[in-house]
Parts: sequence; structure tokens; C-alpha cells
Amino acid sequence: MLKSAADYLVFDLFKLVPGTRAGEALDFFIYDTVKIFLLLATIIYVVAVIRSWFPPEKTKRILSHNREYVGNIMAALLGIVTPFCSCSAVPLFIGFVESGVPLGVTFSFLISSPMVNEVALIMLWGMFGWKIALIYIGSGLLVAIVAGIVIGRLKMERYVQDYVWEMQVGSAEIAEQSWSERFEYARDYTLDLLKKIWIYVVVGVGIGAFIHGYVPQDFLVRWAGRDNPFAVPIAVALGVPLYSNAAGVIPIVQALTAKGMAIGTVLAFMMAVTALSLPEAVILSKVLKKPLLATFFGIVATAIMIVGYLFNAIL
Amino acid sequence: MKIEVLGTGCAKCKTLYDNTKKALEESGKTAEIVKIEDIPSIMKYGVMSTPALVIDGQVKFSGKVASSGEIAKLLP
Repeated sequence: MLKSAADYLVFDLFKLVPGTRAGEALDFFIYDTVKIFLLLATIIYVVAVIRSWFPPEKTKRILSHNREYVGNIMAALLGIVTPFCSCSAVPLFIGFVESGVPLGVTFSFLISSPMVNEVALIMLWGMFGWKIALIYIGSGLLVAIVAGIVIGRLKMERYVQDYVWEMQVGSAEIAEQSWSERFEYARDYTLDLLKKIWIYVVVGVGIGAFIHGYVPQDFLVRWAGRDNPFAVPIAVALGVPLYSNAAGVIPIVQALTAKGMAIGTVLAFMMAVTALSLPEAVILSKVLKKPLLATFFGIVATAIMIVGYLFNAIL
Repeated sequence: MKIEVLGTGCAKCKTLYDNTKKALEESGKTAEIVKIEDIPSIMKYGVMSTPALVIDGQVKFSGKVASSGEIAKLLP
């Protein structure tokens, strides 16, 4: 239905000819932006309502009773539903370790929370279909669980900044919200997020539409196809500085896939965009000493690259 | 009455501070508003997501920017 509305607008109202580059690019642009915004508004709202049951204070209490394995799995899953913003990473980290959540379990949460986020999922679902979105969730959770277990095994507690262990942490009694408060929170959250990302979506889909219409087919096969063994590490390295722009990056990447970029490389790139970010590293350096910070980045980057190679080989 | 706005200095924390000031003006109540930015003081309240609002030592909410209208309802 959306597709025919876009077709009508472009080919009947704007009188562009189907099959021409300009016509196809504009048709693609209108259809995709409208579809993405509908998906974004609906799903962000629903996720925000669910999130109102999982404030980090509650997540911390659940996780403080769990050890290795079960704890890592729980932490990765709770990472999806607990609201997280990198500006709260420091109080969150301190709150977790001080209440007895093991270091490895804390990292499973810190990795999964930004990586398996609803914006990335909606964009992947909208642009690549639900199968790729599910593969992304599954492998994202696996990366978070495994990386957390490895970091836990390395026994790096001494590389947490010393003051963290001496901190006095109170226990906030936060009142249970009413339904109307939950809906109000969800509405504000959705509007806030849309305000922040809409421009990236429009620009991203615009560039994607241009690539679809104008870049020759198979353009990227040689550079980013599955036979180039360097494509995955390069994609991961490129993903690091693109932090938080998942909304704008995915439409571009989708267009590049149509021109020959392999799907494992795409997944690795997306994970690097969301999970590895320089601003977050700077924030986390307030609580982590350099060796632990470097280990965290190294292990996550390695796990992401393994995912990339794996899906390039089997898909 | 003492109101504390907890936050590590992000943009959202500033908005909450401004909304709190507005809530006081609109409701005609007087209170001392302080911005708490250092981590140990924030952790003392057990708050893990910022910004958060504390009125007379009690955490009212955390991890959201409330509007001045919502804050006004929380004022004693």
C-alpha cells in the first residue's frame, strides 16, 4: 500500500517516468523514509513502555544475584530493555559493581545495551527484512555474553579505578509508575528520539537512494565482497567513529549491499557503529584503567569480526 | 525545601535544571535548587541513570527529563 502511494506520488503527480534513474531514486526515497518513520514511531513507543518496568536500579538488583554464565545471559537480555545512555555509563557501572554484580556480567550488559538497541533493529528490519534483524539480535547477544565471560575470566578487577571500590552507594527507593506516567514517558521518549535522529534518517535514505539510482551494479564486489578478507576489519575500523548514527548509516549500507557488499561485513560494520564508540571509551575511562579499557575494546572488536567472517562464509 | 538536580553535566541535566526553576516560578514556591555533578554525591542517592530529581533528600525520579508541569506536581 505504501509502495503504491509512493509510486502514485512520483510517477503520476510528479510525472517522472518509471525506470529512469531520477524516478526510481525519488520513488525509493519517499517509500523508504515514510516506511522507516512509521516503524520508528511505533516500535520506539512500544519499547519505551516496556522499558518503564526496567529502570537500571531494578536491573542491578536482578543481576546482583547472578554469577557467571546465567548472569552474563541475563545481563545481555536485560541490556535490551534497560534504558541506557552513554552519559549515564559511569553511575551505572559504579552502581553495578558496588552492588556485587561481577565485572564480566557488568560488561555483558555494557556491550549488549547500546548494540542491541531498537533504532538499529528497526532500521535493519525496515531495510534488510526481519531475518537479518533477528540474526543481528542473536549474534549481538552472543557477542555480549561471550565477551563478558572472557573479561570475567581475565580477573581484571584491579584495573577498575580504585575510587570505584570505595564509593558509598545508597539505595534509591523509586516509586512505581502509574500507567499514565508510563505512557507519558514513552511519548516524550519517542518524540525526543525522533527529533534527534530524523535528519540522519532522511540524509541516510537520500544518499542510499542516490547510490541505488546512480552507482553501477557490482561496483563494490571487488572491495567489499565476501572474497576480500580485509573487508571485515576495515568495516569495523570505519564503524568506530560513526557512533550513534545507526539511523543514518543503515540505509547507506543497504544500498551498498545491493552493489556487492557482503552481508557479514554489513553486520560487523553495524555492530562496530553501535558497540564501539570513542565518546563512550572516553566516558568509561573515568572508571576503567587503560589495560581494562583496551581489553574491552579488543575483545569486542575481535568478537564482532568473527561474526562478520562467519556470516560472510555461511550466508 | 531543598531541590537537587543530579547529573554528570549532560545537556539533559541542564534542561531538567531549567524546568525545575520554571516549575518553582510558576507555582510561586521558593526553594533552594542545587546542581549535583560529582559522582560520589550522585551515587550516595543510589541513582544510576541521570538526570534525576531529589526533593528534601528523597529521589523523585531518575533517567528522564520531566516537564515543569510534572515537576510542579511533585513539589510539596
